[in-house]
Amino acid sequence: MEVLAYLIPISLFLGGVGLVAFIYTVRSNQYDDPEGDSRRILSDEWDDRPKP
Amino acid sequence: MTAQLTTGTAACPGCLAAPAEPARPMSEDVQIALSLPGIHCSACIATVERELNACPGVEDARVNLTLKRAMIKAAAGVRAADLIPVLGQAGFEAHELDTGALSATQTDKAGRDLLMRLAVAGFASMNVMLLSVSVWSGATDATRDMFHWISAAIALPAIAFSAQPFFINAWSALRVRRLNMDVPIVLAILLALATSLWETALSGAHAYFDAALTLTFFLLAGRYLDYRTRAAARSAAEELTALEVPRAIRVIDGREHEVAVGSLAVGDHVLVRPGGRMPVDGQIISGQSELDRSLLTGETVPVFAETGQTVSAGEVNLTGPLTIRATAVGTDTSLHRMADLVAVAESGRSRYTSLADKAAKLYAPGVHILSALSFVGWYIYSGDMRTALNIAAAVLIITCPCALGLAVPAVTTAASGRLFRKGMLIKHATALERLAEVDTVVFDKTGTLTEGTPELVNLKDQTPSDLAIALALADGSSHPLSVSLARAARDAGVRPATISNLVEVPGFGTEATFDGQRVRLGRAAWVGAEGGSGTSAWLATGDGAPTGFHFADSLRPGAAAAVEAFHRAGKTVVLLSGDTQGAVEELAGKLGIRDWVAEALPQEKAGKIRALTEQGRRVLMVGDGLNDTAALAAAHVSISPATALDAARVASDIVLLGNDLAPIAEACKTAEKATRRIRENFRIATIYNVIAVPLAVAGLATPLIAALAMSTSSITVSLNALRLR
Repeated sequence: MEVLAYLIPISLFLGGVGLVAFIYTVRSNQYDDPEGDSRRILSDEWDDRPKP
Repeated sequence: MTAQLTTGTAACPGCLAAPAEPARPMSEDVQIALSLPGIHCSACIATVERELNACPGVEDARVNLTLKRAMIKAAAGVRAADLIPVLGQAGFEAHELDTGALSATQTDKAGRDLLMRLAVAGFASMNVMLLSVSVWSGATDATRDMFHWISAAIALPAIAFSAQPFFINAWSALRVRRLNMDVPIVLAILLALATSLWETALSGAHAYFDAALTLTFFLLAGRYLDYRTRAAARSAAEELTALEVPRAIRVIDGREHEVAVGSLAVGDHVLVRPGGRMPVDGQIISGQSELDRSLLTGETVPVFAETGQTVSAGEVNLTGPLTIRATAVGTDTSLHRMADLVAVAESGRSRYTSLADKAAKLYAPGVHILSALSFVGWYIYSGDMRTALNIAAAVLIITCPCALGLAVPAVTTAASGRLFRKGMLIKHATALERLAEVDTVVFDKTGTLTEGTPELVNLKDQTPSDLAIALALADGSSHPLSVSLARAARDAGVRPATISNLVEVPGFGTEATFDGQRVRLGRAAWVGAEGGSGTSAWLATGDGAPTGFHFADSLRPGAAAAVEAFHRAGKTVVLLSGDTQGAVEELAGKLGIRDWVAEALPQEKAGKIRALTEQGRRVLMVGDGLNDTAALAAAHVSISPATALDAARVASDIVLLGNDLAPIAEACKTAEKATRRIRENFRIATIYNVIAVPLAVAGLATPLIAALAMSTSSITVSLNALRLR
């Protein structure tokens, strides 16, 4: 059962990474325009150079 | 797609005229918001952004496809009126939005906050649930204690953060010595945490950390659904308001300045062009025209306006430019004085208690008494504080209104989404429940059952030569009657006669020369005719008596269908209008409405609604004008079309987005169905409680049973709500 000493912190850490990533996406307005973003990625306009 | 992407950059006269400032401080930037109802694909986004960014002065333009809106950051001199033609040339319809009215939707802080709490509660409850599953499947001794301690370490901070909305609500209710749904929730969560901590410290077998967290998670999900539904309706309602940009033209020493309506002061001279709406109350100091007062009074016949006459905010100027001197601005205008009437009427509505509140009123004390009784009973029976407290906590958790908290929001979300697709915007939280109770429907006439645009009725009685002359004269004016006459004549295949010296005389009509004779089309008195009661334009051709062109208000699509559907559903339909007897009687006859009132003043309208309410009727008011606002607020539930004045839309619970009235009748049916689902959901939740509570009181409930009862009841309730689609 010693393996629990590693597994529980690891699983909690990985879950926490997911939570932090989600909070980051909420805070940086990534859910403001879901429809537009799903289409923007198909545009090849800024493929060669980044948008100024 | 490529072809569309490479459409040439439009030459923009407005943008070129705007001064190009090389270096300017950031603070002078302006935010412009444009509504783009026509965009739908990635090519549209790219084209719109490229066109806008190519305009001089525009610093950054970004399209939001979800909201169908473009936000533009530009130099101080750039105005939306400069950018709209650019998009028009690229093939996109654009309307300016008032950024002031939009500000609330942009930073949706409350929604984001709730989502964050939901995420934390979800993360914590899943982790604790995993640990609990190992305990239920047989972990013992030190392992079990360790799992319980880890659960406690996750649950305590997670609940401290995510359950804050419940703590705050419960506290604000308790402070004024009242009970709401949040009080038993908070008590259950806190008691569960306390007993579980105590049990864990004594290395006991049962801990309810997972139950406390799942409870928080499910309840937050309900809150979030509820919030989303209302936020969507609010942002759509805000967009409607923002479409009317409050601007006026102030004249100072003969020069015209475009200013915000809010900055007008008493004594200012304001120019109102034909087609414009009066921004303030005032007196006409120059110009001659006709005024459309239908939104204020419901009367359809345009009123003649000349120098010296007083005008009220909200009236529409029809033919000639008018300069008015403001006598009352802002909140002093007659438009805003209506607000007092509305406030009086609204006090009646706030007495409505929603189904959820009714349930809470029965439920909250019941749960507390049950839990307290089982605590006392077990304490007397066993004499053991720990057992008694454990059982009291189990009773509270199992009876906790998880399903109750989801029962209402899940159904309203599903129903509002369904109605939104049909073009109805539910603004108020309890509007659906109230709509379901309606047994009397009161309609306004002008602008609600009718479109508010005239339609020629006696085309067939006219001689071809008269029609040809009338068409030629009507083409010279943008007056609604002229436009309607010209359209009807063209549709009948009439060719305009050749006339010369065409002039429009604002406020009277149009005049020209035909075959050496003077011909006139306009007001009865002006052409030398006897005016009748209805809306008419008269044609004088020089020989013979003038001929009248009579107009009737055209019905809104779906009006007949909606009235018929209400009749068939056994509801009483009443027509309440400020228009003349004749016009109202004719429309009532056409639609088969037996109960009608004409020439009603705003107070009388509200009074009639109150009288109906006192008779025990539940009244649905459908109206659009300023004269309806008090009645809209007095009714049990109210609907206004999107074309209504802002004040009327604010006073109503539901806004009809499309032009068609037919969805109103369907909405009543959907609302009845939704209310039935809500009641079903309450019943399902009660059944679960009836099964689980005896187990809890008997001391047989384990954390496993609590978790099962809670999850299954929540899921059944949500699935039942989804059946509404």
